[in-house]
Amino acid sequence: MPFILEISNLEKSYTSGSKKLKVLEDINFSITENETFAIVGPSGSGKTTLLGLCAGLDRPDSGSVILNGTELSSLSEDERAMLRNRDVGFVFQDFQLLPTLTALENVAVPLELQGDRQATKKAEALLQKVGLGDRGDHYPTQLSGGEQQRVALARAFANDPKILFADEPTGNLDAETGEKVVDLLFELNKERGTTLVLVTHDMELARKTQNILTIRGGKIANLTSAAV
Amino acid sequence: MSSNQKMTAGAAWLFKMAWRDFKASAGKLSLFMVSIVLGVAAIVSIQSFGETLKDNIALQSKALMGADYKIDSDNALTEDALQIVDSLGGADAEEISFASMALFPKNGATKLLQVRGISEGFPFYGEIETQPENAGRNYAKRNGALVDATVMLQLGIEVGDTVKIGEARLPVVGELKNLPGSNAVFSAIAPPVVIPYSYVEQTGLVQLGSRIDYEYYFKAPQADMQLLEDRIGDRLDAAEADLDTHTSTSDRLGRRYENFGKFLNLVGFVALLLGCVGIASATTIYIREKLRSVAVLKCLGATRKQAFLIYLIQIAAIGLLGGILGTAIGLLLQQLFPVLLEGLLPVDVKITWSAPVIAMGIFIGMFMSVLFALYPLLSTLYVSPLQTLRFTEDAGSQSRSTAILVSGIILLFIFLFSLWLLGDWKYALAFLGGIVVTFSILAGIARLFMRVLRRYFPTSWSFTSRQSLRNLFRPRNQTVVLILAIGVGSFLISTLYFTKDMLLAQANLDSSAQQANMILLDVQRDQMPLVAQTLRANNLTPLDEVPIVTMRVHSINGRDVADIKTDTTTQISRWILNHEFRTTYRDSLIGSESLKEGSFTPRIEDGTEPVPVSVSDNFAQDAVVAIGDRVTFNVQGRLLETTIGSIRLVDWSRLQLNFSVVFPAGVLEQAPQFGVITTQVPNSEVSAAIQRILVKDYANVSILDLRQVLNVIEDLLTKISYIINFMAFFSILIGIIVLLGAVRTSKHQRIRESVLLRTMGAKSKQILRIQGLEYLYLGLLGALSGILLSLIGSLLLAYFAFDTTFIPSWVPFGILLPGITLLVVIIGLANSRSVIGSSPLEVLRKEAR
Repeated sequence: MPFILEISNLEKSYTSGSKKLKVLEDINFSITENETFAIVGPSGSGKTTLLGLCAGLDRPDSGSVILNGTELSSLSEDERAMLRNRDVGFVFQDFQLLPTLTALENVAVPLELQGDRQATKKAEALLQKVGLGDRGDHYPTQLSGGEQQRVALARAFANDPKILFADEPTGNLDAETGEKVVDLLFELNKERGTTLVLVTHDMELARKTQNILTIRGGKIANLTSAAV
Repeated sequence: MSSNQKMTAGAAWLFKMAWRDFKASAGKLSLFMVSIVLGVAAIVSIQSFGETLKDNIALQSKALMGADYKIDSDNALTEDALQIVDSLGGADAEEISFASMALFPKNGATKLLQVRGISEGFPFYGEIETQPENAGRNYAKRNGALVDATVMLQLGIEVGDTVKIGEARLPVVGELKNLPGSNAVFSAIAPPVVIPYSYVEQTGLVQLGSRIDYEYYFKAPQADMQLLEDRIGDRLDAAEADLDTHTSTSDRLGRRYENFGKFLNLVGFVALLLGCVGIASATTIYIREKLRSVAVLKCLGATRKQAFLIYLIQIAAIGLLGGILGTAIGLLLQQLFPVLLEGLLPVDVKITWSAPVIAMGIFIGMFMSVLFALYPLLSTLYVSPLQTLRFTEDAGSQSRSTAILVSGIILLFIFLFSLWLLGDWKYALAFLGGIVVTFSILAGIARLFMRVLRRYFPTSWSFTSRQSLRNLFRPRNQTVVLILAIGVGSFLISTLYFTKDMLLAQANLDSSAQQANMILLDVQRDQMPLVAQTLRANNLTPLDEVPIVTMRVHSINGRDVADIKTDTTTQISRWILNHEFRTTYRDSLIGSESLKEGSFTPRIEDGTEPVPVSVSDNFAQDAVVAIGDRVTFNVQGRLLETTIGSIRLVDWSRLQLNFSVVFPAGVLEQAPQFGVITTQVPNSEVSAAIQRILVKDYANVSILDLRQVLNVIEDLLTKISYIINFMAFFSILIGIIVLLGAVRTSKHQRIRESVLLRTMGAKSKQILRIQGLEYLYLGLLGALSGILLSLIGSLLLAYFAFDTTFIPSWVPFGILLPGITLLVVIIGLANSRSVIGSSPLEVLRKEAR
């Protein structure tokens, strides 16, 4: 299986006041296509920073990120945006739906960015799939948390991404709703053959993936295979 | 990048996204829209009216003059001038006009009138409007006079009564309503009376000393006015007469109104700029709320340019719409102007719509919106998609150089626009400077206030007082924007008040005991002691008895006036060479004068030449002469050598007899002369009585009652202030909008805080107190800074530019300050109502939506 994501010698630090704070150090791992992968660790361990770097949302101090065969540091901000539009899907802890767009419009945006003339049709089908076919006209504020996250899932899969990054997807949901959303996430993932990278501190959720990377204090503490 | 999937989301998608986003947040931009609509309406209404007036004056230029052109002189035409008139085929109509007292024997009423003896046939264009209507056409045949309608009403005169002008008696055959060639403002001081040309001689008033205008009217519809001007302009000049064409007259008239229009334009422009402060603050908040969406869009693959354009399109579209609406409102509003300016306009105004003004309004709406939204808009470029994962406060912070660049463009635009309005780069630069200084001082006051608060925080105050103060310098506070909005608004309004005070102070008569308020003009030399005696006999004191000798400049430093006139490079002003100077002689300076240079010679022996004279500083400047320079005057045929002995500063604005040239006593006593006597009358009854007596015995004496003149000036100022107040009204309205916007932008933050306080058990009264006090501080500080700034500005202006002092109105302090403060507090507290009335959870839920 070819690698979809290759991380080598990754380092990242932030300056806080006059102090330089090392957030990630010596990170090396790779993820193969269709794999499900979890990044776990306590708060402040650098999980989210790592996710941002993997998805090309931020630039590392050193080291390389190769996403679907493209070295991200060689790309401009806009080129990385185009890469994300083509190959990457996102699910966020706080849903991050565009508040001024309806559910349907939110799902359609990634397709519209590609200039897809069928955007609305495809978005409708996806909303149907996540069980919100009749809520397309609703604005995010008119939906519950669980519904919003399902819209976010539909949006994440809209552009048929090769890799999907999910940042604490159940973090803002109650246990029951969270479970339903996770089931939907894995179901869609399986159906579409997407690589899934999950950031969480919920070990139970992590165990549903094939590989678990544990980070502590900005360094890799452990890399294990969970599911068999 | 693989080529099978290209980014193809084009302009259509950007417009779609812009529309979607706008649809859902339209309410948040409504204030932005109102700001731009009002700003554009203000500038368009005044611009459009200016164009309308210009068009109307140009269209009616022939009717305004009544002829195609005229040749005029303040003396009987010279031989040379008469030859030119003949060469043009002779005049088609003639007029002799002069100011004189008129007596109405019916009730003994008297009035200073401008007598216009007009030959038959005039006007060739337009008509003399009268009541009854045909009187304007047949007054000459009926040997009657047409008297100004207002005068007839005031004095209780009716058609059929008699008017006595000098020695001539004529029946009044009509009320005069409008007459070509009459000046609205001058007519208010000396209203016109029209008599047949042949009666001028009969009045017996055409004599030495009378200020008489001779006019020769021509009808030449085919003539090219420019060509005519080139052909005979200079020759007439040399012959001591002037050519006035209908086009040059309307140009001159147009320019006079243009100057006033420019001032109003600036007031309108300031209103627009205030609106721009509203735009900037509204978009800052709007875009700040959108930054997360921008991060999400970028995360989903939108480029920086796409994200930027989605919001730029929104702002530009609202600006365009605001521009269109504002222009439409402005065009409608200009219909009010003729009503506001009633009686001041030279023509009947037919409202026209000018395409350039409409284009300007729409363009300005869109351009100003984008320009003032640019800085917050640019922040979308700097938002990192990482914001979706980790929200940081400094999202979208941009470099200092961007801020400087945007500010530079804004300043450049303000400069260019004011240059376009004023047509003079020095004034435009001064205006720009004024704007920058005012805004900087107000912003500086706000910043200083916050710094002082932080440093000397009154920790011993009660919780509510402390909390309200703390709100003023919390993160994302609106203190600077609010103080700017309140300050600029107060500044504008109070400046209008102070300017009016200043203008009135300039014109105001000193009511102290020995100030003259009646001037008797054209008193013949032999009448002087008799008139003075008449005054005394009626318990009035002649205050000044001023002799006047008329003369012209013959040569300056040995160069003949005729020679200087042909020199195109000369710096000497035309009026110096053409003017008939009314000079006097005396042995001391008077109250309105002060010595600037040289020494004043009180008296010399007759026959000493050159005579050391004293000239006013504007004479020295315009004649380009300094102390010791030689000027030869032609005193009614006799040449008199003088040197500039001293230069005086003269306060021309005082209603007093002032002179450009003053001779020492001892030289001109024997020259042909007439006199002016001033006196003080206690009231209008005495004024009317003495006028009656004097007119009966001394028909040639003109009487100017300064209190009436002052009334006219006050009337004029009141009318002008209507329109200024009208423009200021826009500024106030926009100020309120900006205020509303600024208060509203911090509403969410305030409500969150109030709810938190409420959750912890704060009472409604405490929450209201915290917010009320905060707005009280803002209102007081903003309004007070604005008013004080305007007071200082006005005082400096009065001192340096007008050389006067004035007592400021109490209105800005007594009404404006508490009024604006109260308004701020009311608007602020209206925003907290939702917190007070409902439970914390309810509010939070509502806010989340």
